[in-house]
Amino acid sequence: MGDAVVITSGKGGVGKTTAVANLGTALAAMGRSTVVVDADIGLRNLDVVMGLENRIVYDLVDVIEGYCRPKQALVRDKRVEGLYLLPAAQTRDKTAVTPQQMRALIQKLKEEFEFVLIDSPAGIEHGFRSAVAGADQAIIITTPEIAAVRDADRIIGLLESERLPEPQLLINRIRPAMVRRGDMMDIEDVVEILAIPLLGIIPEDETVVISTNRGEPVVLMSNSRAGRAFRNIACRLLGEEVPVERLQDSPGLLERLRRMVRFHDA
Amino acid sequence: MLDLIARFFGRQSGGSKQLAKERLRLVLVHDRASVSPHFLNMLKADLLQVMNKYLEIDEATTRIMLSRQGNSIALLASIPIKRIRRNLQFPHAQTDG
Ligand SMILES: Nc1ncnc2c1ncn2[C@@H]1O[C@H](COP(=O)(O)OP(=O)(O)OP(=O)(O)O)[C@@H](O)[C@H]1O
Ligand SMILES: [Mg+2]
Repeated sequence: MGDAVVITSGKGGVGKTTAVANLGTALAAMGRSTVVVDADIGLRNLDVVMGLENRIVYDLVDVIEGYCRPKQALVRDKRVEGLYLLPAAQTRDKTAVTPQQMRALIQKLKEEFEFVLIDSPAGIEHGFRSAVAGADQAIIITTPEIAAVRDADRIIGLLESERLPEPQLLINRIRPAMVRRGDMMDIEDVVEILAIPLLGIIPEDETVVISTNRGEPVVLMSNSRAGRAFRNIACRLLGEEVPVERLQDSPGLLERLRRMVRFHDA
Repeated sequence: MLDLIARFFGRQSGGSKQLAKERLRLVLVHDRASVSPHFLNMLKADLLQVMNKYLEIDEATTRIMLSRQGNSIALLASIPIKRIRRNLQFPHAQTDG
């Protein structure tokens, strides 16, 4: 029986879909059969982030309403052995799936896969309850910004009523240079405020945007720092003890030049 | 002068995270208290239970609430006392002998 993990957030746009695509790909690359489930009904996204949008035949709501079997709706990722996507319905609204239906579906997927990663809609809408319904554990993702952390705190409070173990925290889009000059909250700051265990951090990284453009998760790029961060997080999900990366941004020549230019601008 | 140099290097906004942390801390006190509608009621019940050891309280007119005061949040309580109990039992006094 596999493990179902929902990745959720209070605020939108903080990186849930990116995290699900990358952690799913990393887990499969490590030999664990994995299905990523797009539970953001009506706002299908995971398919394009993974580059699988052209091969969708059926979707999650088709499965739930009995138009097809779960296997028929799964899209196999040809790049990585053992990786599948269950796409969201694009034309339906978030009330199309009840928590009970979701729980039954996830249960079925857990019989076939070692990992079921669920991409949830943001916030406290109806779809959120359904997305977390079948999960065995939750990962909360936030950026180090005040509004995102506040909303994360709220979701953590709401999850307390879901009979799940304590959620784990991912902090995304950290900019080491800003942290260093005291203009961005640090990892410790966010962990202290939210008071849940830290699963990992992901730096702000242009390769995320590039990889999304290509439909190819960053974990498949060998020289991406975000990719490395996601691979480490996947290892931790497997129970390995990988230390959280240090915040060393290599300012590099470009950034130093930029600073000099700023100097002359002033 | 040092300030001027710091400004040249774009440091003028440095330290805004402290502000963010402080604002978050305050806003979360309110958020957490209001996410659970039972929070203040449960706190009130527990408070009354403890105070009952010492005081006889008019529970019906007891009020507690959170109040913003400058840059901190205080728990304000108005707890009408009917009577102070006379026969207080001090645990350490009993262990004697
Ligand atoms: N570490 C990162 N570095 C740079 N860009 C990032 C990073 N993480 C996410 N992004 C970008 O942020 C945007 C939002 O990410 P994503 O779609 O994963 O968020 P989401 O939480 O799923 O959003 P929604 O709530 O709308 O579903 C995307 O354009 C993505 O490429
Ligand atoms: Mg998303």
